[in-house]
Amino acid sequence: MIQGLTHNDHDRHYDASALSQPSHRPRQGALRARKTTSLLGLGVTAGLSLLTTGCGERYLVFRPVGPVGQVEKELIILSIILVLAVIIPVSLLLWHIVWRYRDVPGNPAPYDPEWSESHVLEVIWWGIPIVIVGVLGAFTVRDTFLLTKPPERTAAPLTVQVTSLNWKWLFQYPDQKIATVNYCEIPTNRPIQFILSANGPMNSFWVPQLGGQEYAMPGMAMRLWLQADRSGVYYGHGANFTGRGFAHMAFNVIARPRAEFDGWVRQVRHSAPVLTRVGYQSLVQSNLVKPMAFSAYAPGIFESALLKEGGMYMKRDLTMLGRSHSHSGT
Amino acid sequence: MSTFLPHFPATFIVTGDPLIYGAEVSIVLATVGILFVLTYFKKWGWLWREWLTTVDHKKIGVMYLIAALLMFFRGGVDAMLMRTQLMRPNMGFLQAEHYNQIFTTHGTIMILFMAMPFIFAMFNVAVPLQIGARDVAFPYLNAVSFWLFFFAAMLFNLSFVIGGSPDAGWVSYPPLAGLEFDRGPGENFYLLSLQITGIGSIATGINFMATILKMRAPGMTLMRMPLFSWSVLASSILIIFAFPALTVALALLLIDRLAGAHFFTMFQGGNPMMYINLFWIWGHPEVYIVILPAFGIFSEVVSTFSGKRIFGYSSMVASLMTISVISYVLWVHHFFTMGAGPGVNSFFAVATMCVGIPTGVKVFNWLFTMYRGRIRFTVPMLWAIAFIPIFAIGGATGVMLAAAPADYQYHNSFFLIAHFHQVLIGGTVFGMLAGMYYWWPKMFGHMLNERLGRWAFWLFNIGFYVTFFPQYLLGLMGMTRRMYTYPANMGWNTLNFISTIGAYVMGIGFIVLVLDVVYSIRFGERDFTGDPWNGRTLEWSLPSPAPHYNFARIPTVTSRDAWWTSKQERVRGDAPMKLEPLQPIHMPKSSGRPFIMSAIFFIGGFGLVFNWYALGFLALLGILISLLLRSLEYDTDYYVPVEEVEHTEAALGRA
Repeated sequence: MIQGLTHNDHDRHYDASALSQPSHRPRQGALRARKTTSLLGLGVTAGLSLLTTGCGERYLVFRPVGPVGQVEKELIILSIILVLAVIIPVSLLLWHIVWRYRDVPGNPAPYDPEWSESHVLEVIWWGIPIVIVGVLGAFTVRDTFLLTKPPERTAAPLTVQVTSLNWKWLFQYPDQKIATVNYCEIPTNRPIQFILSANGPMNSFWVPQLGGQEYAMPGMAMRLWLQADRSGVYYGHGANFTGRGFAHMAFNVIARPRAEFDGWVRQVRHSAPVLTRVGYQSLVQSNLVKPMAFSAYAPGIFESALLKEGGMYMKRDLTMLGRSHSHSGT
Repeated sequence: MSTFLPHFPATFIVTGDPLIYGAEVSIVLATVGILFVLTYFKKWGWLWREWLTTVDHKKIGVMYLIAALLMFFRGGVDAMLMRTQLMRPNMGFLQAEHYNQIFTTHGTIMILFMAMPFIFAMFNVAVPLQIGARDVAFPYLNAVSFWLFFFAAMLFNLSFVIGGSPDAGWVSYPPLAGLEFDRGPGENFYLLSLQITGIGSIATGINFMATILKMRAPGMTLMRMPLFSWSVLASSILIIFAFPALTVALALLLIDRLAGAHFFTMFQGGNPMMYINLFWIWGHPEVYIVILPAFGIFSEVVSTFSGKRIFGYSSMVASLMTISVISYVLWVHHFFTMGAGPGVNSFFAVATMCVGIPTGVKVFNWLFTMYRGRIRFTVPMLWAIAFIPIFAIGGATGVMLAAAPADYQYHNSFFLIAHFHQVLIGGTVFGMLAGMYYWWPKMFGHMLNERLGRWAFWLFNIGFYVTFFPQYLLGLMGMTRRMYTYPANMGWNTLNFISTIGAYVMGIGFIVLVLDVVYSIRFGERDFTGDPWNGRTLEWSLPSPAPHYNFARIPTVTSRDAWWTSKQERVRGDAPMKLEPLQPIHMPKSSGRPFIMSAIFFIGGFGLVFNWYALGFLALLGILISLLLRSLEYDTDYYVPVEEVEHTEAALGRA
């Protein structure tokens, strides 16, 4: 029996007030030159703001705090504008046609039951969607390639290894050699290289305000670049169903300036217990736990779970693990 | 565990939940009630002769329709239960286990046991009549398809009370659905019932492709064929090429679960990703399999009730076929977030957007079919008109989801849920309901009540918007799917509450729809003309309902909208063609074997669910014997004599 699968999970409620913290400095980085999109987006943003008056900050996808989420938001806004260019005319046309050509006695509108071909019209509406798909497709391809690169080239990235367990998130910091469960601290203005895997059913790692998600899958290690340019506490949740405890797989990502982050690391190193292999095995069990921190962890936990018999397919991708791989104990 | 002796798991009969006790009691009561009524009114022989053994496509269509409506009810109840649980944060209405089972059965039933039989109902009811055929190409196989579907649906629903429902989601991804994390028999119910119904679906695809390609009336070239039949052809081609991938995926996962293989396990060399690829190689074409026939129905309905030829017929055909081809190269968009490289994601993103092109063309063509027409607001036409804005928005959000980097923010959120409900309800369900109202008189000889139909339409349509628009917003607020509960401080409360209210309104709409059906059986306006809508295609040239041989004389077709043309000719006073003398009509004989063989499939499937291999083996033997007996059977057809045709036609008031 799984304990703790009740309906309240107070520990993981993130602090909504932290979302509105002021920006520490203007957003920087390689992804900024996007004025065209921004201008286009202005109208829709205004519309969306109207729509969401009063609780706009709840629309996490539209409140990005880093360059990755910003790129995705701008693409979303561009796509909304493009599809509205079809939806609005179609709706008006439908309304007009249905009203004008309704079958009532004495309707003066023309009735032309055999009229069924018009090359001009057909070229127009084969053409309109082709143009829209062309524009959106071009931006999509550009951003798809863009997001596989670190958002900020100047700062050295921080690597965090993320493992989805039933039903908790384990974060390991191979450079700091500390680990946390169900919360994750990161420095601001520094690209974070999340290396995602699972030791259990596949999950998806999603922190909407930092950017889009990526799956955490057993026997695979996949990279997700994210970055926070503003301090705050950001809501994260598993996005792929993993069984009974799935609804409780929330975690907070706490972003703070470099110095504070380093202080936090020191504090964890000095005060938290060690995650042993036995301790890890108990984390792998299906249950719910509260947030935890570990001053050190048994080396190779992440890599050995990854390579455990099935990871053969991933050997060629191990280079991706980068520095963390050199720590592998197995 | 002994392999050959039945081993009863501790939880053979599901207990411990009032909902399930209620279901168990009502199943027993309903069964006893049905048995009593059949016995009391001495209807067993009638049931066997007229329905269980029939190979008549019209009756098979009716049975598909009844089954689809029943499954619609079951899947709809699941939806109501889920929405009730999500109405408020931290609700205690359902436990996690129960909620997980319910969303799994909701998805599986709605796609495989509601949408599929509903489209097959329409295939069967309309296609042979539209193309001037006397039955489908393989009537016996058609009955096999139906009964395989029927028993598979029974097997799937049985899991609710025996063994426990599957709970790994309708996509059933390993390793969650593998033995390692899911030991219960529920997942086996899922795999076996989908496998059985899948065989039936492939057979239906083959059947209708052959029927459409080989059995059209003389003169009906492909480019004179009604658009519904075109859409069925496109859908059948998709079925034939897509369903085998599902068969393979399910079979391998079943072997993993029953025999301890490692195709998709986490370790020992398994790769769960392969299942996901196979599943969506079927799964993406599947959504077009269920949407294309709806497009076909809208084309018929819009043209009929605008009193006008369909606009851009060639474009409509081209877009149907383009969609069916493109739909095979989209499957990766279901997992942009699973680590494919940017090149792969870009390809599948742009390919997905490209589907929007032919679909957009169809929308414009429907609009311009109404343009300069005379629009009659009948119930089928209301569903068709309401479909256009819903589908425009649903298609638009589909294009938005196709932008891969944006999808990283939508994937598995309620935004996605809202999108696919919008296209599947707004497209397939609206389409099938339009088709049901449209062809109801052809099936049963009476109309459905318009007044109740309008009530059902408005409730369902308004309920739809109220249910799903808040879900788009919830997705943008970060709410993911398949959460049985959520905290109160995320700002999701109000929108979830509204969404639940909308779901109830849709539920009431469905009830009114059923009331309409029941009311109209007794009081519905009788259709004596055979052409109550002033239709355009050949099915309206026949009496309602059509005699079992459909056409006393196979018509010769000279144009599109063949029946409309011949009515025009009659109005103009062109000399009616001299009627050919009647000929004896070649028809297939009824057979009880499809029913029996499918029942054996059910028994074998039930055995394998619990690893009772002996039962599975016996059933396999029974299936092989059934197949062998069929192969050795030569007395499968007969001729309806001319006198009987004359007599029947005279009774129907036809010359």
